[in-house]
Amino acid sequence: MNVSETNVIELDRATLRIGGRSILADTSFAIRRGEFIGVLGPNGAGKTTLMRAILGLIPPSAGSLRVFGNTPQRGDPAIGYVPQVRTVLPDLRVRGFDFIASSVHGERWGMPSLARADRKVIDATLLAVGARDLAERPLSEMSGGERQRLLLAQALLGEPRLLLLDEPLIGLDYRYQEAVIELVRRFARDRNITVLFSAHELNQLIGALDRVLYLGNGHAALGTVAEVVTAPVLSQLYGADINVVHADGHIFVLSGGRDIERADHLHDEGHDHDEHHHA
Amino acid sequence: MLEYDFMQNAFAAAGVAAIVSGLVGYFLVLRGQTFAGHALGHIGFAGATGAVLIGVAPVWGLVGFTVAAGIAMGMMGERLSGRDVAIGIVLSLALGFGLLFLHYYTAFATQATALLFGNVLAVDRSMIATLIGLGVITLGGLAAIMRPLIFASLQPELAEAKGVPLRFVSTAFLAIVALAVSESAQIVGTLMVFSLMVGPPAAAQRLATGLWSGLVLSAGLALAEAWLGIAIAYYTDWPVSFCIALLSALGYFVTRGSWLSHRSASRAGGVTEGKPRPLSP
Repeated sequence: MNVSETNVIELDRATLRIGGRSILADTSFAIRRGEFIGVLGPNGAGKTTLMRAILGLIPPSAGSLRVFGNTPQRGDPAIGYVPQVRTVLPDLRVRGFDFIASSVHGERWGMPSLARADRKVIDATLLAVGARDLAERPLSEMSGGERQRLLLAQALLGEPRLLLLDEPLIGLDYRYQEAVIELVRRFARDRNITVLFSAHELNQLIGALDRVLYLGNGHAALGTVAEVVTAPVLSQLYGADINVVHADGHIFVLSGGRDIERADHLHDEGHDHDEHHHA
Repeated sequence: MLEYDFMQNAFAAAGVAAIVSGLVGYFLVLRGQTFAGHALGHIGFAGATGAVLIGVAPVWGLVGFTVAAGIAMGMMGERLSGRDVAIGIVLSLALGFGLLFLHYYTAFATQATALLFGNVLAVDRSMIATLIGLGVITLGGLAAIMRPLIFASLQPELAEAKGVPLRFVSTAFLAIVALAVSESAQIVGTLMVFSLMVGPPAAAQRLATGLWSGLVLSAGLALAEAWLGIAIAYYTDWPVSFCIALLSALGYFVTRGSWLSHRSASRAGGVTEGKPRPLSP
């Protein structure tokens, strides 16, 4: 097996820009097939941008980005995606089944129609993620965790080989968070699916992930937790003094002096976080 | 009452417009764009009066103005959302222009009332043919974009990632809404398009959670309210548009009430599956 076959995602000196602002600059790394990658870093560090680039929505302005060995194509069925921004109208009275069925060939013109095979796949996937009871319930009556399970089922439709989960834990209580991580890990291992799972907290993911991808200041650091979550690597990445404290099986990333994490959080009203970022 | 030609025409015209409005309106409500429907009605008034002024049938002024405005709104896209003040000012301006055009067209004083509040009892055979023709085009357009429209309405972020051209879909949809507004305005007037385009779909979405069942119910409710409204008007001598608006409001609030009591009952039923349920809807 050669390199391009084992690497699902390859960045070679890639630069990603949005509106003239450089989000990732001259970045190179490769993610192998079947890896569970925890994507971490402060808000605005480029987690969403990286995923959108992998989806083919943002072409690199310099360097190259390859997904399954090719330039990413918008609408690649091999990629399952749960976006971070999920515009779910609060009053949406559409039932769960129809909600996720809308994504099946949803890009085709004409009237919606589902083949019997499509229905079977949806039913089977809902069953597999324990969301079968959500099929008949309207979205307006679901909790955040139930919606998340539904979206996860949707991302798994069509047997994707790569899953991009953008902050899937936001807004969930701790028990649900554990359940989502466990569900994704089990699915991915069973089917050899590569996973990019972005999150605010490293500790919850430690049991599930193979490697971590830290993003910050336009740069990226990819490696095992032992390799990346160290004071020198993160200090260099963030351009600030970072302390890494191991305590009771948990890892705490503390930024000393002026807190750059906090400054980063200021222009993101959506998800507040405490000052010393438990990465 | 069906022995009169004008009543037969009224039922036929209202039937066509109600079905089109119910189907298109379902997506308008689903997308949370009811305000756009309202805006297009106002703009259509200026178009209709302008058309009368230059000697064209008002329906073509309505169609021309609303479709152009719908496409413009679609192309502006997100820049338009949250601009309530700008939209409100443009709406008054459109109504103002309508008034100005009427001011110069002095032949019919009743024209303004008919355009603003509808006059379905004055519909003739050729108007029915026009309504059917417009209806076929409207529903044909809707059918052509329905699948990506549903996807883009429910999950815009994912739809974009999967290759749905969001801007095109929303622009095409607003053009379709514009045609439906033109139809609806022939029955209930430009000011009252809500009663056919928003009331029935909103009630249907309370009652049915399936997309297909909701669509069929929406069209069915619109048709029932339109026809029943005409019948009530016939026996009471009240204006038709008032009767339809009344039924539309009744249908909405009755379904909303039953939904609320259902919600509180299920909440009182306790915590299902041991999980906390959200307290606010």
